[in-house]
Amino acid sequence: MASVDIATAPDAARTRRPRTRRSLTGGSGLALGVTMIWFSLLVLIPLTAVLISAAGLGLGGFWEVVTQPQTAAALRLTVVESLMVTALNVVMGTALAWVLVRDRFWGKSLVDIVIDVPFALPTIVAGLVLLSLYGPSSPLGVNVANTRIAVFLALAFVTLPFVVRTVQPVLESLELDVEEAAASLGAGRFAAFRRVILPSLIPAIAAGAALSFARGISEYGSLVLLSGNLPAQTEVASVRVLTFIENGNREAASAVAAIMLLVALLVILVLDVIQRRLARRGD
Amino acid sequence: MATSTYTRDPAPVRWGLRFVTISYVVLLVAWPTALVFKNALADGVGAMFDSFKDPEISHALFLTGYITFFAVLINLVFGLTISILLVRYDFPGKRLLSALLDVPLSVSPVVVGLALVLVYNGRDGWFGPRLESAGMQIIFSTPGMIMATVFVALPLMIREVVPVLEELGDDQEQAARSLGANGVQTLRRITLPAIKWAIVYGVVLSLARSLGEFGAVKIVSGNIAGQSQTATLSVEETYQNFEQGTSYALAALLAFIAMACLVIVAILRPKEES
Repeated sequence: MASVDIATAPDAARTRRPRTRRSLTGGSGLALGVTMIWFSLLVLIPLTAVLISAAGLGLGGFWEVVTQPQTAAALRLTVVESLMVTALNVVMGTALAWVLVRDRFWGKSLVDIVIDVPFALPTIVAGLVLLSLYGPSSPLGVNVANTRIAVFLALAFVTLPFVVRTVQPVLESLELDVEEAAASLGAGRFAAFRRVILPSLIPAIAAGAALSFARGISEYGSLVLLSGNLPAQTEVASVRVLTFIENGNREAASAVAAIMLLVALLVILVLDVIQRRLARRGD
Repeated sequence: MATSTYTRDPAPVRWGLRFVTISYVVLLVAWPTALVFKNALADGVGAMFDSFKDPEISHALFLTGYITFFAVLINLVFGLTISILLVRYDFPGKRLLSALLDVPLSVSPVVVGLALVLVYNGRDGWFGPRLESAGMQIIFSTPGMIMATVFVALPLMIREVVPVLEELGDDQEQAARSLGANGVQTLRRITLPAIKWAIVYGVVLSLARSLGEFGAVKIVSGNIAGQSQTATLSVEETYQNFEQGTSYALAALLAFIAMACLVIVAILRPKEES
């Protein structure tokens, strides 16, 4: 079956030519050693340090940090907004992918490019972009700056491409004859969509949703100017981490960061499972 | 109305979907993005470029360019090496490594910054004090900012190169080797030319990501204007200091570069498939 393109693991399901894999020799062994040391110094050891620093609080201390009212409110807001944005993305992202694959109209390729803009724009610029239409000097007269709607808008902006870009290639690779067969057997359009198309899209939609949820949880840059970071109102988890760091409380920062890190790892695990299922179906 | 095998939805459904999805994209992305350019150019192109002449702003732009250059270079070398190792060689722990390489994509930039500070800060970090006594300051200095930028852009090159390498297979490489080419010759004459477009996309995407990094760099840099402030950090500070003209000008410049990268990739990409 199709590969889930843009935002899933590199070992996605795809057509593979038979090849012979070599085991490591002197030069390649050295290269692997050097890259592994670099990867450890840059990624593995620092992320482990976050978990160890959080563990330094002990279970009681950890619980105290994350249940402190301001932190708990920030965590709750982050999770709720990310879930809401993910739900919106599942609907709008699938609809967008559908329109991009099945419809033809003037300017479609432009829409296709615009969808990637949130991936390309620096996050702080994304915040400023949204402020210019939904901020104090909005030409629409809509000012949602410093409200929870602003948090929702920012997350919807930065997560827009995920579901579209995971569903699009799968939809492109769907064979029309399956639908035609369903139709010739008397299935209505909606029944054909629900019974034939949707089941093959679900893994891709789930992958896109997982990525969009992870991005929502981790977002920082686009919220800085837009949400006002009001404690217990529009403050999200990443802002809480930053405040703890600025106050010199690195252990508390690590406690919140550890939760965010575990969510990220969980999402990667979910994606891996989805992908392996896809790969198995393809073989 | 153009007809194709695909436009088979009844007209009301088709127009309804078109209207909803296009309005969504316009209201959420296209219109606000266009407004930033309009705001930046409100006082003319001259005024926009004048705001870049401010010493603090021009230093921020220079620093962003400097960090981006080294971050892209490091990720290019590292990404290529690890992609070739992942696709062409077998070693224990390969699946785990492949999964771990995606971690930077879903970790919050703020967590990245904190993680680097915990290990490399000069006061009580794991390695920081020792490195500092050897004369190497990482945190609150350029190396730390480069590391943070490399971290967040790390998977982009690998994601572009690995699928192309896998699809390519190694028939040609084996043929070259059986004809007596050594490892370096095979790499230079066979492998690299075959994956050059993937490398170009990888570089362009890493470039866009590196220019725009904000959260992780904010934490490891110390964020001092004229010293350790990058362009994205200047956008925040100038906006909060009510220098909105400068803020919009910088944002428009960054958005322009990012979107130019996007368009370059969009234009180049079909070539590879034909």
